[in-house]
Amino acid sequence: MKLVTAIIKPFKLDDVKVALKGIGVEGMTVSEVQGFGRQGGHVETYRGAEYQIDFVPKVRVEAVVADADAERVAQAIVDAARTDKIGDGKVWITAVESLVRIRTGERGDDAV
Amino acid sequence: MDTGNLTWVLVSGALVLFMTPGLAFFYGGMVRSKNVLNMLMMNFWCVLVVPILWVLVGYSLSFSGSGTWLGNFDKAFGRGFDFAGSMEPAVMIFLATFAAITPALISGAVADRMRFAAWAVFVPIWSLLVYVPVTYWVFAPNGFLKDRGSLDFAGGTAIHVNAGIAALAVILVLGKRKGWPTEGAPPHSMPLVMLGTGILWFGWFGFNAGSELAADGVAVQAFINTFLAAAAGGLFWALTERIRDGHFTNLGVASGIVAGLVGITPACGFVTTLSSIAIGAIAGIVCAFAVGLKTKLGYDDALDVIGVHLVGGLVGSILIGFFADPAALGYEAGTGVNPETGLLMAEQGLFFGGGAGLLVEQLLANVMAMVYSFVVTFVIIKVLDATMKIRVSHDVEAEGLDLNEHAETAYNMSERAMGRTN
Repeated sequence: MKLVTAIIKPFKLDDVKVALKGIGVEGMTVSEVQGFGRQGGHVETYRGAEYQIDFVPKVRVEAVVADADAERVAQAIVDAARTDKIGDGKVWITAVESLVRIRTGERGDDAV
Repeated sequence: MDTGNLTWVLVSGALVLFMTPGLAFFYGGMVRSKNVLNMLMMNFWCVLVVPILWVLVGYSLSFSGSGTWLGNFDKAFGRGFDFAGSMEPAVMIFLATFAAITPALISGAVADRMRFAAWAVFVPIWSLLVYVPVTYWVFAPNGFLKDRGSLDFAGGTAIHVNAGIAALAVILVLGKRKGWPTEGAPPHSMPLVMLGTGILWFGWFGFNAGSELAADGVAVQAFINTFLAAAAGGLFWALTERIRDGHFTNLGVASGIVAGLVGITPACGFVTTLSSIAIGAIAGIVCAFAVGLKTKLGYDDALDVIGVHLVGGLVGSILIGFFADPAALGYEAGTGVNPETGLLMAEQGLFFGGGAGLLVEQLLANVMAMVYSFVVTFVIIKVLDATMKIRVSHDVEAEGLDLNEHAETAYNMSERAMGRTN
């Protein structure tokens, strides 16, 4: 099994969700995160004082999938999340050693 | 000068002023968290700009003189008032708060996508070209709609119908939000919506009962009616949702309260207690269905300004033709003039011994106000669109208006590193 993790722009979450459901991904976990990459942060102004906000809001999407599906899932995220502007985020794939579905006790690919 | 009357008008002015921040929270809770500050600013902007405009020329053009179509400049620039011997300066500033909240109502329709600079310019222009003349027709002693005998106690036609139809004209030019209606944009904070609703309800006592411009029996009746119509509106909207959708929802209660308040606004000084409950209930039920029209007809009225204010205002205004019972409220028999203030004319409604004459006048007044408001608002927004662009870019709409239009964000949930750079 593989864990596909993506950091994307928050407003792209709906597009990514639709794309993944469209290729048969049955579940995912999302979290609101903050961070920066090459995009850097943004500036906010309060009573004339400018503040550099380095950590900007992003969304992290995680899905555990079968080995054979991992690249396809990652590509679907890339296609759905791309705006061609700096700050679109990243997708990476990591190996998963073991997986258990808590309700049934199923293990490995059966639990995906 | 009766100091009781004077006191009530001044207190009512403060009450109505509080409604605009209330409206800001009511709307602000309903938008997404990336746009809440923009929504608050659109509303507060109205309180900054419109009262100044009102004192300079708005009031004078809306109430001074004896013409049919528009006032004159006799009371412009704060001059021409008798502070020692007349209620007029108090009434003038009381009405400034009405002028301020009327364009603020439109902000709910344009949520999430209008350039703030365009809103900033739209508000004063709309106030002068639309709010002022319609107010004159409806409220000034010789205004042509009032003169014909149509009734609007506190601003059903002049404020809610007027702002509601103007909202439609604006959004037809502005266009739909990105992703609407397939992508949802649910309220980011229902507690803010409920807080705003409470503030609106509180302030509305000044709006309606204050519009009697006297501390008398009609004011008490308007106060009671305002209270009960809001309750009935919230109750019946919530019941409608329970039967139709399965749950009692906070947003249904909030929307119903506002619908009931809008519905009773034109009628509150002309109907008795039981009628106010009926009007509030009808407004709540009708508006609960009217907010579904936008998806069927395809106009993106983001926070239902049309479904609640236009429809609720029309419902209340037309129901005057059925429920008006000025005889029971102590108006002078035959003439329909309040003996204490001499201000208001009123006929009996269909249910209380009157003919259809009043109903016809109510319909005519609202149609006239709607046609004028829609056409002029459409022209204003078209001109603004051609000269300064009224809509934010796709990127700004996606990332949020708070950061891009105002350089602020509403919620800093974690202690993010914020290095000062100047």
